[in-house]
Amino acid sequence: MALEDANAAGGIGGKRIRVIHYDDQGRSDEAVTAITKLITRDKVVLVIGEVASSRSIAAGAIAQQYKIPMITPASTNAKVTQLGDYIFRVCFIDPFQGKVMAKFTREFLKKTKAAIFRDIRSDYSVGLADFYTQELKATGGEVVIDVAYSTGDVDFKSQLTSIRSKKPEVIFLPGYYTEVGLIARQAKELGITAPLLGGDGWDSEKLTEIGGDAMNGHYFSNHYSQEDKSPTIQAFIERYRSKYNVIPDSMVVLGHDAAVVAIDALRRAKDTSPSSLRDALAATKDVPGVTGLITLNEQRDAVKSAVVMKVTGPKTYGYVTTIAP
Amino acid sequence: MQAFLQNLINGLALGGVYALVALGYTMVYGILQFINFAHSEIFMIGAFAGVLSAYWLGGLVEPGWLSLSLTMLVSMAACALVGILAERLAYRPLRSAPRLNVLITAVGVSLLLQNLAQVLWGSTPRLYPMLVTPVSFHPGPDLVFTNIQLIVIGVSIALLVGLVLLVHRTKLGIAMRAVSFDIEVASLMGIPTNRVIVFTFFLGSALAGCAATLYGISYQKVEPMMGVWIGMKAFVAAVFGGVGSLGGAVLGGFILGLAESFTVYYGSSTFRDAIAFAILILVLLIRPSGLFGSVRKEKV
Repeated sequence: MALEDANAAGGIGGKRIRVIHYDDQGRSDEAVTAITKLITRDKVVLVIGEVASSRSIAAGAIAQQYKIPMITPASTNAKVTQLGDYIFRVCFIDPFQGKVMAKFTREFLKKTKAAIFRDIRSDYSVGLADFYTQELKATGGEVVIDVAYSTGDVDFKSQLTSIRSKKPEVIFLPGYYTEVGLIARQAKELGITAPLLGGDGWDSEKLTEIGGDAMNGHYFSNHYSQEDKSPTIQAFIERYRSKYNVIPDSMVVLGHDAAVVAIDALRRAKDTSPSSLRDALAATKDVPGVTGLITLNEQRDAVKSAVVMKVTGPKTYGYVTTIAP
Repeated sequence: MQAFLQNLINGLALGGVYALVALGYTMVYGILQFINFAHSEIFMIGAFAGVLSAYWLGGLVEPGWLSLSLTMLVSMAACALVGILAERLAYRPLRSAPRLNVLITAVGVSLLLQNLAQVLWGSTPRLYPMLVTPVSFHPGPDLVFTNIQLIVIGVSIALLVGLVLLVHRTKLGIAMRAVSFDIEVASLMGIPTNRVIVFTFFLGSALAGCAATLYGISYQKVEPMMGVWIGMKAFVAAVFGGVGSLGGAVLGGFILGLAESFTVYYGSSTFRDAIAFAILILVLLIRPSGLFGSVRKEKV
């Protein structure tokens, strides 16, 4: 949609923007093949992608090698933009969500005693957990217990029994929706009432399908909320729905913002050579995306606020608050 | 103390599932001396059968125990069917071939079923329906158990007792034991060995179907690769108890479930899977034939 707008407005310097896309089937090796094809055969000047951090890391190495700027919409792993000075992102990084939820624990819920239940096999989860701990301790909170599970586990009762014995006021659970849903169920069965907190890994329709009503009352951070009353967001949702007949999720919005940032840089760059595009991207400041004003810092990460959502029922989340960086 | 009891209950509920799956491995091994690697996939098929049948029933049957029993019957029937088909189509033609061939065929059947399930139902995890409304009991401030855990422990023990009675008290059981003792002599004595073998597959697979239902109501997540780890653990349990011994498989399953539960509680969750194999190695070092395994002379 952002690209249609730009082309309708006459393109860049009289040229239309052409999009070439490949499907990497969710595999890191395919992501590498796809980006190599884009750069060497199609001679693109800029790449938008990938969504998942692990695949962005694989593809980013190639983009950096050929010195073609790459913007990832939703890869929140800190390592992605550390690959080199040609890799950018329009979302916040994982650790920031850990920080957000720690701030949320202290300032909004006003709790001090937290338990951490992390997925030891996922970089994402470990990153969030570490930053949560750091921020919570810095603001006078306390981590009473820190236990782990592994992606794919189905039985969490032993860990939850340990957590229960320490009587935490909140449980930070930075995992993905499948395990989170199962954990919420088993926590409820074990009589645990402390709220669970998590990151954007929770954001899926499957979350409440798996967790059922055991998910109700728990909080997670996200990139944007459909219920955010900001006029930009509401206008975007309306437009997207009239066109595709579905409500856009975070991925759609972030993808849109990645395109907005890319177009903005293309307009400002003195020519379309990859190096001047890179310089233009690095200077991105206060570009109006749907998720807020986007500024890229010297680590090429977006600086912007996160929203906290509360699960209220099947597939419904209530907007709670916005936490600024 | 309460934490100990809590882990005991959690561990028994997990161990019950392992024990039921382990029985399938051990029964087939007892009779044919080969490990039916496809057994873990039969378990997976049972879980999918449960998901699909509950979907078809569409909540038509109201009392929880009734829909649970119906779903369990469907799962058992589906598993038994797949088990018998595997025996008839893949294993029987190789009855006189070297044992290694059958073993490799079993691995093949296992992969076939995994991929078939992925093609048919996709690899995104499905949710097992809540057949029974969970009810929690609080005998102490730090002790909670649910009706589901009680059902799992109760049903698995009942099935185990039933199986032992069947094997030791019925004519069919005597036939099974005779075939297991010496298949050629048994057939000379007029025992229809093929039928006994089919029955063994039927029984072992049906137990996997029960295990799948119990697993489903406890852990909800159903996917094509779910059999791999459960199968691996149940196999360890069977070897631990002595492959071929019914009591051994049951004990092995419960010990493994308890060991996992306590390891995670008192140690670390990262050792969870390691513990199963550590136990296996230890047992094999000290008692190569398992806890209750009998040392048999290798048959020619």
